[in-house]
Amino acid sequence: MYPDQQNKKPGNNSMTKIQIDPVTRIEGHLKLEAEVTSGQVVDAWSSGTLYRGIETILKGRIPEEAWLYTQRLCGVCTYVHGSTSVRCVENAYQTVIPDNARIIRNLLMGGQFIHDHLIHFYQLHLMDWVDVVSATTADASATAALAKRISPNAAAIDFSAVKTRLQAFVGSGQLGIFANGYWGHSAYLLSPEENLLLMAHYLETLKKQIVVAKMHAIWGGKNPHLQSLRVGGVTCGAEITTQRIGDFKSYLQDIKQFIDTIYIPDAMLLAKKYSDWGAIGGSQNFLAFGEFPTANSKPESPLFPQGVIMGGQAVTVATVDTSQITEHVRHSWYSGSADLAPSAGATQPGYTTYDTGDKYSWLKAPRYAGKSMEVGPLARMLVAFGKGTPKVVSAMNSFFTETGANIQTFNSTVGRMSARALETQVIVDAMWFWVNALSTSSSSINTQSSKSTCQGVGFNEAPRGALGHWIDIAGGKIGNYQIISPTGWNCSPRCGNDIPGPLEKALVGTPVADAAKPLEILRTVHSFDPCLACAVHVLDPHNDSTYIVRAT
Amino acid sequence: MSKSSKSDLITALDRREFLKYCSTIAAVLGLGPSHVKSVAAALISGPRPPVLWLHFAECTGCSESFLRANKPSIDSILLETISLEYHETLLAGAGQTVTDTLQAAADKYDGQFFCVVEGAIPTAENGIYGMIGGKTMLSIAKTICPKAKAILAFGNCSSFGGIAAAAPNPTGAKGVREALGITTVPVVKIPGCPPNPINLVGTIVEFLLKGQLPPCDEYGRPLFAYSKSVHHNCPYEEHTTEAKERCKHDEGCKGGKCKNNCTEVLFNDESFCMKAGHPCIACSEPEFWDKMSPFYQKPEGEGKGQEGRKGQEGRKGQGVGKGQTYEFDPKWIINKSVPVRRPAGMSPDRQKGIPRNFNLKGQKVRQSNKSYQIDVSRPAK
Repeated sequence: MYPDQQNKKPGNNSMTKIQIDPVTRIEGHLKLEAEVTSGQVVDAWSSGTLYRGIETILKGRIPEEAWLYTQRLCGVCTYVHGSTSVRCVENAYQTVIPDNARIIRNLLMGGQFIHDHLIHFYQLHLMDWVDVVSATTADASATAALAKRISPNAAAIDFSAVKTRLQAFVGSGQLGIFANGYWGHSAYLLSPEENLLLMAHYLETLKKQIVVAKMHAIWGGKNPHLQSLRVGGVTCGAEITTQRIGDFKSYLQDIKQFIDTIYIPDAMLLAKKYSDWGAIGGSQNFLAFGEFPTANSKPESPLFPQGVIMGGQAVTVATVDTSQITEHVRHSWYSGSADLAPSAGATQPGYTTYDTGDKYSWLKAPRYAGKSMEVGPLARMLVAFGKGTPKVVSAMNSFFTETGANIQTFNSTVGRMSARALETQVIVDAMWFWVNALSTSSSSINTQSSKSTCQGVGFNEAPRGALGHWIDIAGGKIGNYQIISPTGWNCSPRCGNDIPGPLEKALVGTPVADAAKPLEILRTVHSFDPCLACAVHVLDPHNDSTYIVRAT
Repeated sequence: MSKSSKSDLITALDRREFLKYCSTIAAVLGLGPSHVKSVAAALISGPRPPVLWLHFAECTGCSESFLRANKPSIDSILLETISLEYHETLLAGAGQTVTDTLQAAADKYDGQFFCVVEGAIPTAENGIYGMIGGKTMLSIAKTICPKAKAILAFGNCSSFGGIAAAAPNPTGAKGVREALGITTVPVVKIPGCPPNPINLVGTIVEFLLKGQLPPCDEYGRPLFAYSKSVHHNCPYEEHTTEAKERCKHDEGCKGGKCKNNCTEVLFNDESFCMKAGHPCIACSEPEFWDKMSPFYQKPEGEGKGQEGRKGQEGRKGQGVGKGQTYEFDPKWIINKSVPVRRPAGMSPDRQKGIPRNFNLKGQKVRQSNKSYQIDVSRPAK
């Protein structure tokens, strides 16, 4: 694990270049490069290294089937692309879905948020903050006392057994996934007991996420990659029975207990212990499309409102104007001129070499009014807070009181992680009301008449952030299909104006104690919850270097 | 790790639960109740088999599906059953550290590890469409896969190319066996989009029990999971009382054209596609994204929408594409009044519909057509 030591400049401020490829504990294939001077990141480049070409694959296919294909953009963010696809085609056909379908889709999206965020906090992010080897040295009864203090209502865990289990695993010499972690790094701040507590919860989450997936499978048939959507509604009407609603609610109560007594207290613990990370990894601009509609047609009054925040002014939230969205390819592996105006002609993927001065990623660079925008939990929570959404305001204020954080320190790496936890709690509470509104006697799908020539757009807030699909239907078949995914926003490379993407910008200023063990960099990278499979897919045959994404 | 300490670990877990899991695994593998103890012994005896899990052109849905494994539960699989040496979604370390880990593990366990492959391999333009650590996925596969004891292609993408290989396959994506042209290492295909995790667990357990991989069909799909059509055991199959209301045949169900055990083992112990009201899309079959669409129209050339995409052959109706062979008549058994044709000179077993099995040594293995009722509510003694 040695950094790539190119461009080492002599003198006191020698610059070290760090390459992390592959970045692990994300979805998909990401390469990260950072320049570190005097123990701080001064510049960074984010590169997606896999291209599949899903849009090309969609051309000429049947619009009603698009959701089956697009769902396979990502199996971690399963469901969300399918959901956006059906919304997109419903928008094109001007179809309104019935209440039951809207509720089921909200329950499915809510379940997806819960699953995604739990796995992210424990399986993907946790080892950046928790030292597994230190956990094996903890005092088990002191850990139990700590657990009781932090969360009196949590189910009891036999920490001695967990410790034995971890010790035997580590002691067997086959550490598996825990091998070659940066154990003992100076940036780990937790006590052995805190480490053991959180690792016990890591193991509990592995079991509990199965229950969340079961919630999904009740309406979806299976998880991941459910199979109960259709243009016009959902197909699981025959499963909307008192029995199945009862099954769902019992899983939901179990999960709510877990979120309230395990996830939220753990997130607060990390926010307190790593409070200095409230000054690291923030963004300037935030974008949210809104999610969990409470009505079937406009105004949809979503639980999480849409909004734009510019220049870090968290209390000033503007309305989203989707005509401001453009995508650049200047630094991406697609051929085309640096010209900003859309032009005729095919854009082909064109791999050159990896060159951070020229082209270096399969991701394009989405921009809003020319600015790079962070999307995801932090964007959603800041927008909702700024707009005064009561449940979010109270959740965030409680959090600030408990942890000593404030709205400024919330805009940070640790704030991003906290936002993810808080919105999970808001959603699991809301799901109780949604499931109680299901009707066992109403329809769950509207048959729609298709149109052979039309355009549509579907918007979503996926767990990772704002997601949009745009469709152009001609002759009853998909003529063009465009996707801008949340990781496309967050992990974008530079645009034609050389403005870095949100991750590239957020990394600047990150302290790096040891360039050979870039733990601190991984903390911020993971806080964005990158999902590269979603982000790399776009092939636009009509335009050259940039194109204006139409809002209809 | 010593055997006794592993047993202690299982005691630390719930022994009742553990044996229940073993019963289910045994049932999935078509083994009788007498095999439960040997399944349990296989899971806890000896060193944990090393597993290297490679991610190529994938969506990570197969890893997520594996994470839903409940028999045994995923935490005990990861910590007690296998030694997962490499898995990019879960690894603590990153970057060059893990690239070195992968090579070191492949060298250390040369000829001993299971290589689980998730995702297709892009092969166009020397594979530049997929890179990890500065190397193409193709070259990584060529380096690591030949060192495995067996390659387990988990999911439709690594088995058959999956969605990345759907027409026009912009990146030249192929399943792992086709991309490597490998003949020296057995390749078991466990397709599905995603596949049921119990079929991967079952494959590994069968190996632990018998020292060889399970008998497979002509694609390399284990027969314990992929010998019967989805339609065969569907509770809404046309002769049942539920058929009228919940059968999805008229909506384009391809269950009769697809082999998988979905309706028997369920997903997430909860449900399956037709139970959720949606027709089967045959996601464990080769090239299903092209060949099974239109998904919402009845097979066998009925209904609208028979024109294929421009320039695409083999997408009309439900015909078998070029170069594809099926063990059984592609019309399948959707309508039982249509006799299933069989070539002359077939053995009596074949005529009864018992599939020919061969294991990966090319030896014929007769599959029993008995079924076992396992009472999983009581642990085996």
